[in-house]
Amino acid sequence: MTSPAPFIVLTGITKSWGDSQGVAGIDLTIARGDFVVLLGPSGCGKSTTLRLIAGLETPNTGRVLIDGKDVTALPPAHRGLSMVFQSYALFPHLSVAENIIFGLRVRGLPKAERSERLEKALSLTGLKGYEDRKPSALSGGQRQRVALARAIVAGHPLCLMDEPLSNLDAKLRHEVRQEIRQLQQELGMTVVYVTHDQTEAMGMADRIVLMKNGLIEQQGPPEDLYEQPATAFAASFVGSPPMALLPAGKLPPALSAGLADGLIGVRPEALRLAGAGEAGLPARVTGVEFLGGETLVYLDSAAGALIAKLPGRPAVVRGSDVQITWSASDRHLFEAASGKRISNPAGLSAPAERKTGRMV
Amino acid sequence: MTDTSQLHRIESRRLALYGSLLVLPSVFMLSLFAFWPTLATLWASLFSKGTSRRPSSFIGLDNYESLFANPDFWQVVGNNLIYAGVTIPVSIALALGMALWANARIPARAMVRIAYFTPAMLPMVAAANLWLFFYTPDIGVLDRLFGLVGIGGTNWLGQPETALASVIVVTIWKEAGFFMIFYLAALQTIPPDLKEAALIEGAGRWTYFRRILLPLLMPTTLFVMVNAMINSVKLIDHLFILTKGGPNNASKLILYWIWENAFSYFDRPMAAALTVLVLIVLGIVALIQFAVLERRIHYR
Repeated sequence: MTSPAPFIVLTGITKSWGDSQGVAGIDLTIARGDFVVLLGPSGCGKSTTLRLIAGLETPNTGRVLIDGKDVTALPPAHRGLSMVFQSYALFPHLSVAENIIFGLRVRGLPKAERSERLEKALSLTGLKGYEDRKPSALSGGQRQRVALARAIVAGHPLCLMDEPLSNLDAKLRHEVRQEIRQLQQELGMTVVYVTHDQTEAMGMADRIVLMKNGLIEQQGPPEDLYEQPATAFAASFVGSPPMALLPAGKLPPALSAGLADGLIGVRPEALRLAGAGEAGLPARVTGVEFLGGETLVYLDSAAGALIAKLPGRPAVVRGSDVQITWSASDRHLFEAASGKRISNPAGLSAPAERKTGRMV
Repeated sequence: MTDTSQLHRIESRRLALYGSLLVLPSVFMLSLFAFWPTLATLWASLFSKGTSRRPSSFIGLDNYESLFANPDFWQVVGNNLIYAGVTIPVSIALALGMALWANARIPARAMVRIAYFTPAMLPMVAAANLWLFFYTPDIGVLDRLFGLVGIGGTNWLGQPETALASVIVVTIWKEAGFFMIFYLAALQTIPPDLKEAALIEGAGRWTYFRRILLPLLMPTTLFVMVNAMINSVKLIDHLFILTKGGPNNASKLILYWIWENAFSYFDRPMAAALTVLVLIVLGIVALIQFAVLERRIHYR
């Protein structure tokens, strides 16, 4: 499914408007057929990167290659791609069908082929029967599908998506997530998808590109980002609830991994209540959230606030004091100043072999 | 008859009463200021002009007959048709063009907008005085400019060939900036995403304009068109300053003629007859505009 030939190559891309920095210099290679998610907090440059690929912005420096061709100076229409906007950008005066085939009509495709492609796009997105409606007569989810249909109808190999799910309610979002992923696999499209929602990124991506302040912080398969975060930022941004980052200096010696200063990161699910005689970090329970299969326990300790995800229904109550601990294999060490990962001096066993190119 | 049906009848009668009470204020105001004057005008148009020796008397449709037989009437109607036929489309097209230009990312955008809107802020009489200076033969700005290329001494307002055209130019200059504001406001409600989506789908500027922008601006266009049409009948202030309808009726418009009939010739019934004709024509045009165009316009 994933071929090694690079499909999109960005080299040395920068983009700024006056004082505001959009993208501060990124190099990025995207393979054909991959589902790549640009992830990051707002203002990190992920949308700018997408718009640079689309050709809606021109980079100050650097080059954009799509399918081996330098498209840096080409207008969007000549780059062979489609795009789904956050607002869907449907034309309000045109019917669903006219919206979908707008591009085909502009490019002067014969009528027979237009209607054939329209039929296919309608059935792929489950919009049959809505052809003649205006966008204003559709629900949010249906509008989203029209935007999707418009993106796939031309058969472009590349589809860009700019937070396409952020205007949907949570339940629908989960549903459409799977549908988009399925559609992408069926059609063998390369998708570059922008979101600030890390669960969306984890659930859909072949590769995640995590951005911060206009730079790429870390990229790789979702498992890598989760299990081997390259920086403290990556560690705290990916995963929900976020990883606890505790200053080593404030931890009991047994838990500080021999670091004088530096951060020790532990995933909420790796935290557990210390057994008798086991070294632990004293903490006070400030809140308990029972979720069914697991319970979130909010804790306050000398090293700062942290959240533990404990299985089942642990016997803790708000206000009680507990000892919290974790295994050495579950901890992540980061430098205090730079936030960079410190390769574990204890020489832990490498994480189990990961599957790449997951099917969803 | 059962009790329930009787209750229903009382209920519906009460609703009808509420309804009539609610429309009563509007009916009263409209009657006082629109229906009653219309009927009074219609009634007045059926009488002869009264003089001290011959008092006014009922003459039926004679006023209309003499109007239709009067060549001046047909010239004034013709003038007004040309006037409307040129000022409406040209000022709308100019307004749209200026709005697109003033909405683009250009340097000194605020200045451009103010410059375009200034004519609309001037009172018509002031604007006409300004243009009177432009049009002055030999020493006016226009003749000075034409003098540079060797065309000299045109009496723009004083000769029948150019008088109406000169008046039309002033009107367009005055109206285009005003209509631009409506287009500018409408343009700013169109999300920029639509343009980007169209660009990605391969549409050029012209296709975007024709297939997306123009249809989305149609409600504004209808509104502006109705206003332009009303103005083409209503707006005659500049005639008083520029030409007084002359020379030889060359630039006379209907409302100006109505005013002349009523207040210069003191022929009130004739003025009333003309007013009735104008009302009928405007009513028909408004009906067509709303009935035909309404159905073809997309409102968000």
